Amino acid sequence: MVSIEDYGEFDTEWCPGCGNFGILKAIKQALVDIGRAPHEVLIASGIGQAAKLPHYMNCNLFNGLHGRSLPPATGAKIANHELTVLAVTGDGDCYGEGGNHLIHAIRRNPDITLIVHDNQIYGLTKGQASPTTEIGMRTKIQTHGVFNMPLNPLALAISLDCSFVSRGFAGDVPHLTELITRAIRHRGFSLIDVLQPCVSFNKLNTFAWYSERVYKLEEEGYTPNDRVKAFEKSLEWGDRIPLGVLYMHEKPTFEDHLEVLHSGMLIAHKPKTELVNELIDGYI
Amino acid sequence: MSVDLNIKVGGAAGQGIQTIGMILAKTFKTSGFYVFATQFYLSRVRGGHNTFQIRVSDTPVIAMTENVDILIALDRTSIDEHLKELSNGIVIVDKDTVELEDVSDSIFHVPILKIAKDVSGNRIYSNTVAIGAALGLMCFDFDHLAGVLTSTFKKKGEEIIDKNIEAARSGYEYAKKNYPSGCKFLITEPKKKDKLMLVSGNDAVAMGALAAGVQFLAAYPMTPSTGVMTFIASKADRFNAVVEQAEDEIAALNMALGASFAGARSMTTTSGGGFSLMVEALGLAGITETPVVIFLSQRPGPATGLPTMTEQGELQFVLNASQGEFPRCVLAPATPEDCFYLTAEAFNIADKYQIPVFIMSDQYLADSLFTCERFDPSTFLIERHLLHANEYESTQGKYRRYAFTTIGISPRAIPGQANILVVADSDEHDEFGHIDQTPTNRISMNDKRMKKIEHLKKIMSAPQVYGAGNSQVTLIGWGSTYGPLTEVVDMLTKEGHSVNLVHYTNIYPLPIIPTKEFLGRSKKTVCVENNATGQFARVLKEYADISVSEKVLRYDGKPFSPEFIIRSLKDKGVI
Ligand SMILES: Cc1ncc(C[n+]2csc(CCOP(=O)(O)OP(=O)(O)O)c2C)c(N)n1
Ligand code: SF4
Ligand SMILES: [Mg+2]
Repeated sequence: MVSIEDYGEFDTEWCPGCGNFGILKAIKQALVDIGRAPHEVLIASGIGQAAKLPHYMNCNLFNGLHGRSLPPATGAKIANHELTVLAVTGDGDCYGEGGNHLIHAIRRNPDITLIVHDNQIYGLTKGQASPTTEIGMRTKIQTHGVFNMPLNPLALAISLDCSFVSRGFAGDVPHLTELITRAIRHRGFSLIDVLQPCVSFNKLNTFAWYSERVYKLEEEGYTPNDRVKAFEKSLEWGDRIPLGVLYMHEKPTFEDHLEVLHSGMLIAHKPKTELVNELIDGYI
Repeated sequence: MSVDLNIKVGGAAGQGIQTIGMILAKTFKTSGFYVFATQFYLSRVRGGHNTFQIRVSDTPVIAMTENVDILIALDRTSIDEHLKELSNGIVIVDKDTVELEDVSDSIFHVPILKIAKDVSGNRIYSNTVAIGAALGLMCFDFDHLAGVLTSTFKKKGEEIIDKNIEAARSGYEYAKKNYPSGCKFLITEPKKKDKLMLVSGNDAVAMGALAAGVQFLAAYPMTPSTGVMTFIASKADRFNAVVEQAEDEIAALNMALGASFAGARSMTTTSGGGFSLMVEALGLAGITETPVVIFLSQRPGPATGLPTMTEQGELQFVLNASQGEFPRCVLAPATPEDCFYLTAEAFNIADKYQIPVFIMSDQYLADSLFTCERFDPSTFLIERHLLHANEYESTQGKYRRYAFTTIGISPRAIPGQANILVVADSDEHDEFGHIDQTPTNRISMNDKRMKKIEHLKKIMSAPQVYGAGNSQVTLIGWGSTYGPLTEVVDMLTKEGHSVNLVHYTNIYPLPIIPTKEFLGRSKKTVCVENNATGQFARVLKEYADISVSEKVLRYDGKPFSPEFIIRSLKDKGVI
């Protein structure tokens, strides 16, 4: 039996009251609920406040470069698809620096769960605009207020027919835990954009601001199986912000597509070096 | 007199010069000759002008020469560009299809198109007619060609094979009958027919990687590296390997690192432009001590540069790429044998030292075809240097991925094993892999990583000395220039000069002791490099404190010919 203690308790470098704590709690609880032991889990992350998360729990971790959580996650999943692979990243990390990888990871559809701590700001570098910062927000760099249209990650993912598209809220840990559980269980690439208040640098999108607006799709009888409806839902942002699974469907994963994995992990296959002589014959 | 014959095929892209070249090269090889073939893609003219040059000899050849004996001209540009390369040669051309005003003595008209249509009923047999005509000028045993045509068109069926053989025979007979002095380039077949390979540098690298048991390759296509990726992709299913075309080179190297971290033998293939995008991930490999092999095929830069041509312009970039300091290993194959064996070895070095290892090739080596001894994969043993859970005795209760050891190499485990958690971080980290920014830890960790290079240095092979041990003049080369340089040594030695060659394939860390020994003896050292500034000469200065006396450099996008090097040595008064 896996228990929450197996995942440990660690000191963090996060500000007291930060939304990241809720996300950490939810991830650990979800893994326990699924019965996954720490050594069966790999978390790949990028750089940012969010990306430090795997250091604060027991697991295998690959804390790589800013923006680059998904490519190592993909490589590792191919090498050993028996690992439960999570990518944990921030809004700048994933939607800015690593935007291209997000697009192509969705297209590739590996069985990876991507958790984006979306605080609508660059936390680690102390408060510059991120791709999801609201129009008009002033920062030390965006001195006239943000002009660029915020990126809508859910609409983007749905437009790419991502196999699992959802939104969680760091202020509702039980709901987020359930969401992460479903995302990990889902076969295919899963995106969870998590509304994550940054108490230090985002004075607009606070716990209170989110709490007043969020509602749960499942409580409104929404079924996440229609891409067009999901797209419509993904555009909802303002007085009401939907939480939960917007869109979900099964399709072959990247691992399904790789025949060599059907008979076991890539790393468990013996290299067929004896065949090289046959290749050489072709050059004689 | 020994055989040394040069055939050049020239034409526009899409005219099939590669097929002509390959069939000729195989024909000579099967009849026991040594062959060296090289390809150029000149983009000077609209539509592109390409050539395929084949050198045939009864002794080993691994370089081209500038003199052409037979030019098969499929277009007008071939004559305009290459007629001057003929001293006593012949141009095979079909004047019905290639417009020519003034006709030089060396032009030999062969009604290629007419023969193709008359004999085989289709213009597509034109190239086969041209091949036949070239061999007719040599009064070459036609059966060898018939055999190669049969195997080349095996998949297309009897009828196509027969038509090709008929077309070739007609071209052959035409040349034999109509060329004024007949059998102008009569060559005698070697009696001894070794079972040699005819292989390109890229194919040899790919086979080396497969012999090393590569399991994962992620890359983004870029000339001239793509051939390796394509080759491995075509064999991946049979070899239990996965090849993925990444969205960009940043993803490619990061994916390879993720796969390697999880235990797969991993590599990427690229050229300078793509490698520019990989630089941050190179540092990631350095600090996380994740093994990876990077096949880097050079072409002239900066930026897009000369995409289809050759250069050795990326050495300093590779040596210095990335912020921070960490060990890496750079190998530069000189021959197809090196491409095979060094590439395989690169994987073992990467795994043993947990570092990135480069195989540096270039367009010239990548695309050239060499005859060489059969590769022997049985001489190579896969060594993964991985820690398995059952060998892991938990004393502290926690696995230290970056444990301090005397030689700096920490036991490497892969994730997924009970009782072991593997932690890797691009931040400076402690022995467990967790972020640690304290100055003492930083120093210890940096020292631990850098220590590995001291050990690696000891296994780097000495440069090869070609020619006399002691000479007045020592030529210095690295990587792909080996062929032309050895020929220069042979030619100059025959002329009575005292010249040898010290040639490097193990570039970094530089084998310093043999370097000082070999280069210290020479009165005059000349570094010969396919770049504009002498990048390897700077390596010698930096690591062995040796200043070369002279440099011979070429950076027009073309590889060295022996003649080019000798001309430069004379111009510089070295000889
Ligand atoms: C290549 C590169 N560019 C820039 C940085 C500096 N940097 C680190 S984190 C970060 C942004 C972090 O924002 P986000 O991803 O939203 O994470 P958060 O801190 O808000 O959780 C930046 C710009 C870096 N580490 N690497
Ligand atoms: S800066 Fe913001 S995101 Fe980072 S720990 Fe503090 S509150 Fe959280
Ligand atoms: Mg952020």
